[in-house]
Amino acid sequence: MRSLYLALALCLSALFALPASAETAAEIVARNAAAIEKPSRQTIGPVIAELAASGDAQAAAILEAWGDKRLGQRKADGAFFIIAKSADGWALTDLAGADAGTAAKGDIAELKPNAGVRGLIATALVQFTLSDPDRAKRVAALESIAKDPKPEALEPLSASVAGEDDPVLRAQKERLVGLLTIRFGATSQARVAAIESFGRDPALDLRAALNPLVATTRIAFAGEPPAGANIARELKPGRDLTEAEAYDLLVAANLAPARLTVDEARHALAANLKDGAVGGVPLADLSRQEARDRAYNALEAAGTVPPAATDAEVAAAVAAHRFAEAYAEPDAAVTAAAAAALGRIGTAVGAMQAADLALDALSLASIYFLAAIGLAITFGVMRVINMAHGEFIMMGAYTGYVVQLWITNYTLSIIVALPLAFAVTFAAGVAMERLVIRHLYKRPLETLLATFGISIALQQLAKNIFGTQARPLTAPAWLDGAWVVNDVIAISYIRIAIFALALVFLAFFLWLMKRTRLGLEVRAVTQNPAMAASMGIDPDRINMLTFGIGSGIAGIAGVAIGLFAKVTSELGSDYIVQSFMTVVVGGVGNIWGTLAGAALIGLMQKGIEWFNPSNTLAAQTYMILFIILFIQFRPRGIIALKGRAAGD
Amino acid sequence: MSRSFFARNPSVLWFILILAVFTLAVTLLSDAYGVAFVSTSFVKTLGKTLCLCLVALAMDLIWGYAGILSLGHMAFFALGGYMLGMWLMYARTEEIVVAALAEGVLPATAEEIRQGIATQIFGVVGASELPPIWVFAHGFWLQLALVVAVPGVLALVFGWLAFRARVTGVYLSILTQAMTLALALYLFQNDSGLRGNNGLSGLQNLPGLGDVSQDRLSVWFLWASAAALGLGYALLAWVVSGKFGSVIRAIRDDEQRVRFLGYTVEGYKLFVFSLTAVIAALAGALYYPQAGIINPAELAPIASIYLAVWVAIGGRGRLYGAVIGAAFVTLVSSWFTGGRVPDLPLGFYTVQWVDWWSVVLGLSFVAVTLFAPKGLAGLFDLWQGLRAPNRRGAPLGPDDGALMEREARE
Amino acid sequence: MNGFKGMMLAGAMGLASAGMAQAADDTIKIGVLHSLSGTMAISETTLKDTVLMMIDEQNKKGGLLGKKLEAVVVDPASDWPLFAEKARELLTVDKVAVMFGCWTSVSRKSVLPVVEELNGLLFYPVQYEGEESSKNVFYTGAAPNQQAIPAVDYYLNELGVQKFALLGTDYVYPRTTNNILESYLISKGIPKEDIFVNYTPFGHSDWSKIVSDVVALGADGKKVGVISTINGDANVGFYKELAAAGVTADKLPVVAFSVGEEELSGLDTTNLVGHLAAWNYFESADTPENAAFIKQWHAFIGDDKRVTNDPMEATYIGFQMWVQAVEKAGTTDVDAVRDAMYGQEVKNLTGGIAKMLPNHHLTKPVLIGEIRADGQFDIISQTEPVAGDAWTDFLPESAVLESDWPGLGCGMYNTETKTCVQLKSNY
Repeated sequence: MRSLYLALALCLSALFALPASAETAAEIVARNAAAIEKPSRQTIGPVIAELAASGDAQAAAILEAWGDKRLGQRKADGAFFIIAKSADGWALTDLAGADAGTAAKGDIAELKPNAGVRGLIATALVQFTLSDPDRAKRVAALESIAKDPKPEALEPLSASVAGEDDPVLRAQKERLVGLLTIRFGATSQARVAAIESFGRDPALDLRAALNPLVATTRIAFAGEPPAGANIARELKPGRDLTEAEAYDLLVAANLAPARLTVDEARHALAANLKDGAVGGVPLADLSRQEARDRAYNALEAAGTVPPAATDAEVAAAVAAHRFAEAYAEPDAAVTAAAAAALGRIGTAVGAMQAADLALDALSLASIYFLAAIGLAITFGVMRVINMAHGEFIMMGAYTGYVVQLWITNYTLSIIVALPLAFAVTFAAGVAMERLVIRHLYKRPLETLLATFGISIALQQLAKNIFGTQARPLTAPAWLDGAWVVNDVIAISYIRIAIFALALVFLAFFLWLMKRTRLGLEVRAVTQNPAMAASMGIDPDRINMLTFGIGSGIAGIAGVAIGLFAKVTSELGSDYIVQSFMTVVVGGVGNIWGTLAGAALIGLMQKGIEWFNPSNTLAAQTYMILFIILFIQFRPRGIIALKGRAAGD
Repeated sequence: MSRSFFARNPSVLWFILILAVFTLAVTLLSDAYGVAFVSTSFVKTLGKTLCLCLVALAMDLIWGYAGILSLGHMAFFALGGYMLGMWLMYARTEEIVVAALAEGVLPATAEEIRQGIATQIFGVVGASELPPIWVFAHGFWLQLALVVAVPGVLALVFGWLAFRARVTGVYLSILTQAMTLALALYLFQNDSGLRGNNGLSGLQNLPGLGDVSQDRLSVWFLWASAAALGLGYALLAWVVSGKFGSVIRAIRDDEQRVRFLGYTVEGYKLFVFSLTAVIAALAGALYYPQAGIINPAELAPIASIYLAVWVAIGGRGRLYGAVIGAAFVTLVSSWFTGGRVPDLPLGFYTVQWVDWWSVVLGLSFVAVTLFAPKGLAGLFDLWQGLRAPNRRGAPLGPDDGALMEREARE
Repeated sequence: MNGFKGMMLAGAMGLASAGMAQAADDTIKIGVLHSLSGTMAISETTLKDTVLMMIDEQNKKGGLLGKKLEAVVVDPASDWPLFAEKARELLTVDKVAVMFGCWTSVSRKSVLPVVEELNGLLFYPVQYEGEESSKNVFYTGAAPNQQAIPAVDYYLNELGVQKFALLGTDYVYPRTTNNILESYLISKGIPKEDIFVNYTPFGHSDWSKIVSDVVALGADGKKVGVISTINGDANVGFYKELAAAGVTADKLPVVAFSVGEEELSGLDTTNLVGHLAAWNYFESADTPENAAFIKQWHAFIGDDKRVTNDPMEATYIGFQMWVQAVEKAGTTDVDAVRDAMYGQEVKNLTGGIAKMLPNHHLTKPVLIGEIRADGQFDIISQTEPVAGDAWTDFLPESAVLESDWPGLGCGMYNTETKTCVQLKSNY
């Protein structure tokens, strides 16, 4: 109710203001047509301000339409309209708000202001929308202020807090007022109080408000610091900064002459070449640096070139001056409070960053685990080297893509795709076992070659069928977005889903191997096929089923991996080496080993990335090196089978 | 040991003879020295194929004879190429830089020349300092020594670690594959100082031979490659023919027993591993000046798997098998992917070989491993009337080929 | 044994003779050197089809100099050494008059020594990092000052970005481009510590850490913008992670130099609306030439859903220019055609004129587009045509270099020492 009054008051004031500016919004637009057609953030400001201040009730609607890319210009006469898509072109509304009929698609040029201009428009709209009855518009206004904090916004924002009856928005407004006060508050006390009021809040926007306050620049001066400078700390050459840096500061501040560069020296020498010699040094000698220095000194002594600072002079100049870091913010009380607040927040943020990194590592580990779990069955249990394992993952991902072609509901399509991917790759696995691997159980190295052949054939087949372009596999909407604990700790839902899926398969594997008849028979056949056969187990059937299940799980992993990354024919080969290493590092034949291997690899990789954030490739390299070394010292992996079960 | 080496190994003479005839024939048909029937690009292809045959020979020694399926030998091959490539690149750039600086007013200092070379080589990857590993790049002999030393030492260290820990069988294969991948990823980084993904390029232009046409250079390289292959063949034939050969074959067939007999299995394996690495590196050093460019993609794990496949298709456990496999697969592959093979119309679908060749190749690996474990060279056994004894499915060694049986007669 | 070896030899000879097909006199051969298999096939196949389409159309118009055009398509299979081999084959065996090809910088660097040695002619249609000028190559894609620098200007002037995250795939184009940009940004007063650089391998898929690192850059209150030179497939995972992390274009804009309509077709773009790309062409450009080109493309490829993209336009312009130059020269001889190329003009598909400059680069307008929900781009900024610069002015070593083939006869001319550094390229 209150906001309604406020809106009414605004309208009234607009009405009273009207006679003062005789122009309507439409006239302002027409007068600035050229600027509005091709707006630039740097020049359009006055036009927007004029519109916003015009007092015309229509101005807000025009600005809003412009910001939403709903403003069009008739090509024939350059007239502006608010446009909306209609059946056969555009439905036009003129700038006074009256219906102006329709126009064909080709007759209207849409105006597309860039994001910078749209930001300015949104800022201008804030005054109209901070107390707008439409909640969505108030939210937009707050976002606009948060994105681009301006001192002017502080007053209207504080005024609107009292009238806000939505508790969430009210809290947001209060927070924003606090943040704006930190930056633009009128008094030192108010700003310090605002800083204190946030406590240990690790939010990004608070840090974004505090950090500029404690930003420093390096200054050089002789004697006392310049008046008004808010000195953070003094710097000692040699300890806090190198002598070269210190001298550069002096040069930049015009307190000392620049040092001679190699290039300048060469130019100076070349310019003073006389009779095949420079400064008495013959030209042929000048291919040595020492001779060049000698020549330059000779020229310097003769006064033909400006003197260059020698090392001794540099040292003297540095010693004669003092250096300090100075805050850009002149108010010492504020900077002290901000620095203290950041110190408090810093520890909290550090801990949270570690937690976030751990989440990332866990997520990566679960992806490796998921990719490797099928291999833990075919390689770990059956000792079959299946180089086509990656291609089974790829087949699963493509199955997901094909399902989405037919079933457009993403949730349903994933529910269908998971079992279908299992079925497809199970069938492929069984076929491969029957046709190829069965004949090669005694020749493991040759299995490697044969399955590698199958792998390149499958990869090329996928290219021939689906093309080389990456195919979309889209997650359902409820997996969009991320679970956000705060501004530091966040993890996307899709990764959580993959983590859950990995856990499900871990449980499935354990159940299958330890609790079912099939699992018992599998273990029997792998430990001693002859004995198992004599107990009435059909080893052929068991091998076939086991291989099929391992391949099927790879298919499901494919759907999961396709959801968070890409679906291409090379998808599988990206994971194959890592998968084998996961199984080998963990210890062949033990699912807990595979889990440990995946965890180790995920953790290692993220850990190295943290040390060297600008080079992801290095992390992968050193991770593999680590694995190679690790295997040297534990050739049987983290969890090694002992005794008969080890097989050799 | 009563008869001479060549008498016991007639294949060596035959091989060298055929190689010589082949080289002579190509020379006489080439653009530069003959009737211009074989194009320069094809001479280069043939020269490169000979280098691949040489690395296949090395692979055959380590896999076919010693039973170690190394999936890392193409890494040594590429390393050899990198080591020589550094000199080629440095020396060629030096010529350019010295010529350019000579036009300046002042004579250039050594530092300026170095700086100029660094900017020329590393400008494209956004650096202007010569990384420390280029310290020997100015000297041909130094860098040639590194061709042998770097892969050799790497193989020695890696092999020592792996064999000492008794990593065998498929584990060793996976480990060597990991090594290749790590090396490739390392070289992909710009920080490795070898121009990252860009690699070293323009290697076909030999420093000091700027006015010799590629037509002639390609033939020279063909000769060099043929000579290297011939020497390599003789050397490896000598290695596998004596007592040493018997021991490594024994290691392949039953490592434990050989160990119990008192041989230092690790030492033998390490020697074979390092020797083959060095041979692979030399082959690479000859290969890449013909290819013209080397970059980390050459070290991709798949390249080493292909190497194993050539040997498998050619026939393991006999040297000429490896050569036949490498030559056959690479030449046929390049023919099919060259886009010059006519399409195969099936009525409902037209098979374009560019798209389908990989499928055929992949399936043929499967066919070879299943139906012809002795590879193409097994055809010679049929021709010579040799048959493996039918052991009714009892476990055999990885190879039960004719050579072993002939030795048994001696 | 010798019998078999002989067979192999005979086979090899057969291969050689198969490659020795004689060039017929009544056709002009055009080499197409784009990967049709391997990792780059994803992008390059489209360009092969574009060249075939242009040849088809030219033949419908009656060919060139009274002869029919004939395409010789080879597949270098994304294998860089193979590019050099195939280029040599095209030039010496097939004796093609001109080649259209290459995508990655490595492939171009692999081909360079061959075209320079054999005096061939190559049209290279992709945006690239510059720092190169070959007598035998015409670069119809954008140089850094026609794509990267204007995009950064847009960030600085229009979006007010103060802190930059340069994310790239680890290869030469991102490396050099980022190097140029870093130096440009520093010259614009952005301190070095406000430029975050990260390189990832090809096909990288685990982006969560990098995205959260970039988000965390905003902690010091400066507006952050991402400049992405991430290549190919890796973009899919990158944009999915951005969308999942709720990074909207409002808060943290991303401008990409290697993401066009083709790459977006592998993505659901509803969460990416507003992120940016800088190119010299967008399919959504509203000109009659572009409409005709799209129509022709759809008819040729037989699929109305296939998109067009920037390198296709570059191929189109290159081809048209070559045809005009051949007509002017009256021959397909490389030296004559090269001389006729300078100053040739072709209408851009986005409006304005593309003109061939003495440094073998084009004048091109720079367009900045915002991603729309339908996978197309809203063009929000279009400059007047900008002249391509082979040697960037923002790196000290190359600022003094100039390329002017007809005037100075040199592609790497040092304006300070007034000498030609070298005539052939540094590969």
